[in-house]
Amino acid sequence: MSVTSTTATKTKTPGSGETSHKRGLPRGGRRREFTTRRGLQIAAFMAPAAVFVAVFTYYPMIAGGQMAFRNWKLTDLTDTSWVGLKNFRDVFADPAWGTVLGNSAVWVFGSIVPQLVIGFALALWLRRRFRFRGLYQALIFFPWAISGFLIGILFRWLFNSEFGVVNDLLQKAGLIDEPVAWLADPKTAMVAVLIANIWYGVTFFAIMILAALQSIPDELYEAAALDGASKARTLFQITIPYIRTTLALTVLLRVIWIFNFPDLIFGMTGGGPNNETHIVTTWMIKITQQGDYGRASALGLLVVAALLVFAVFFLMATREKKGARR
Amino acid sequence: MIGKESTVGRVVKFAFLGVWLLFTVFPLYWITVTSLKAPGDIFRFPLAYWPERFSLENYSGLFGTADFGTYLTNSLIVSTVAGATATAISMLSAYVLARFEFRTKSALLMAALVTQMIPSFIALGPLYLLMTDLQLVDNRFGLILVYIAVCIPFCTVMLRGFFENIPDALEEAAMIDGLSRFSALFRVLLPVMRPGIIAAFIFNFVNCWNELFLSVTLMNSDSNKTVPTALNGFISSFNIDWGSMSAAAVLTILPTMLLFAFASRHIVQGLTSGAVKG
Repeated sequence: MSVTSTTATKTKTPGSGETSHKRGLPRGGRRREFTTRRGLQIAAFMAPAAVFVAVFTYYPMIAGGQMAFRNWKLTDLTDTSWVGLKNFRDVFADPAWGTVLGNSAVWVFGSIVPQLVIGFALALWLRRRFRFRGLYQALIFFPWAISGFLIGILFRWLFNSEFGVVNDLLQKAGLIDEPVAWLADPKTAMVAVLIANIWYGVTFFAIMILAALQSIPDELYEAAALDGASKARTLFQITIPYIRTTLALTVLLRVIWIFNFPDLIFGMTGGGPNNETHIVTTWMIKITQQGDYGRASALGLLVVAALLVFAVFFLMATREKKGARR
Repeated sequence: MIGKESTVGRVVKFAFLGVWLLFTVFPLYWITVTSLKAPGDIFRFPLAYWPERFSLENYSGLFGTADFGTYLTNSLIVSTVAGATATAISMLSAYVLARFEFRTKSALLMAALVTQMIPSFIALGPLYLLMTDLQLVDNRFGLILVYIAVCIPFCTVMLRGFFENIPDALEEAAMIDGLSRFSALFRVLLPVMRPGIIAAFIFNFVNCWNELFLSVTLMNSDSNKTVPTALNGFISSFNIDWGSMSAAAVLTILPTMLLFAFASRHIVQGLTSGAVKG
């Protein structure tokens, strides 16, 4: 291999990854010279990952996508003919569809807003060193290690109407007179699953925002202090604008993720009482379990379409002007 | 760093941090306490926040009547093998995505993102049929193959973040000294990457350990069940035995919590270096 002198000039410092990568620039002629060899190397390194994902993820996804346009019922596999948009019509004609859609909206926004606000507050306060900060961070990080399904079970026990600790504590505090059947009433059941999801999701926001906060240069704050800016002003005019890329990206990822997160509800209420806590993805599980793969797939495609539209609009709305920071 | 804190500010801050800590830790404390009560004491008023007598009855029941040891072993095997293999494979793809420029690169990254966006349920039916054709239904090896594929996209993005934090000059110097790209990767880069590799492996392990729906779909005989599938079996019955359930929950949570405690700093770095950069 011919190594040109360019190598010496391309030093990068570790840890400064965010700013020093200009991937579009030519990175020394060496890599462009042996195109065949380079191409073979890339292919060889990518091949195992590509094969696995293609066979066990993309193939089933695409096959599942086309089931949406077929009569595909486990109860009767003799007729898997194409039925056009029938499955989609069935989805919309379902009387529960309105509730399911409304619940999904409550589930996503009722989770994301508190997660963002509490996570932001934690991150702001964790930025400054204090004794046991490392231990504190490790402790509040734990929910992340637990599966959504198990979190559902955990909170199902906490909110148990007879022997649940939530009722016990509220009664001891004098806030309620007698036990509440949290998971039996649609309204309180929705509140309960939201509390469980907030418990789980705050940490992720705290981590991402803390990491972003640590990239803000101190000089900005020093200048603001010299100008006599108030805390609120500093927050809204320096901190938030500086980390808005991270904020936007984290919110986007989380919305997609929470939307596609049936596990917790599945473990906690199973969609009950009377289907009243179903969101779109738990509804999809239910239809799958009933064996109607065609309709479940139609629902899945609707989810993908909705998320894509959301992602595009969200990115357009939060995109920074050219010339602004990064 | 940022001005001086007022006394009121400090009080508010630590009150908030304290309340949040309690809120985070309490559910885990409560499930542990429940699991250590004698089955009769769980359903007795007033609720005991610190049990008068501790009992391992719930745990011994799990290993006696239910076959929880088998489920734990299955989960351990599947998660370890799938997690390690996925990490190794992702390392190669992450390396290429971090160090080479080529036309299809952004398409590949986009393809990784899309796997996160599509609800996995859409793939469940066809995956079951595919595994039937391959005769890998109800087979630990089959589940491992599927889990490897599930882990790869995010693991690749995460490891790519780690690779990008290491200067190119490192392996270029090794290649000047006559090493091939492959041996430069293995002999020079990997030792430096160790924290990132450990973090990626633990992340994969925990994901496989916690996965429910694929395992429920693909594993049906009792001797092949993984822990989440067994838990799901516990709640499908009308009345939940909260004593056994609590003990099972503690046994399920404990390994992943220990791993996270061991590597939380690396995992945080992995998550953020992957995502902050986009």
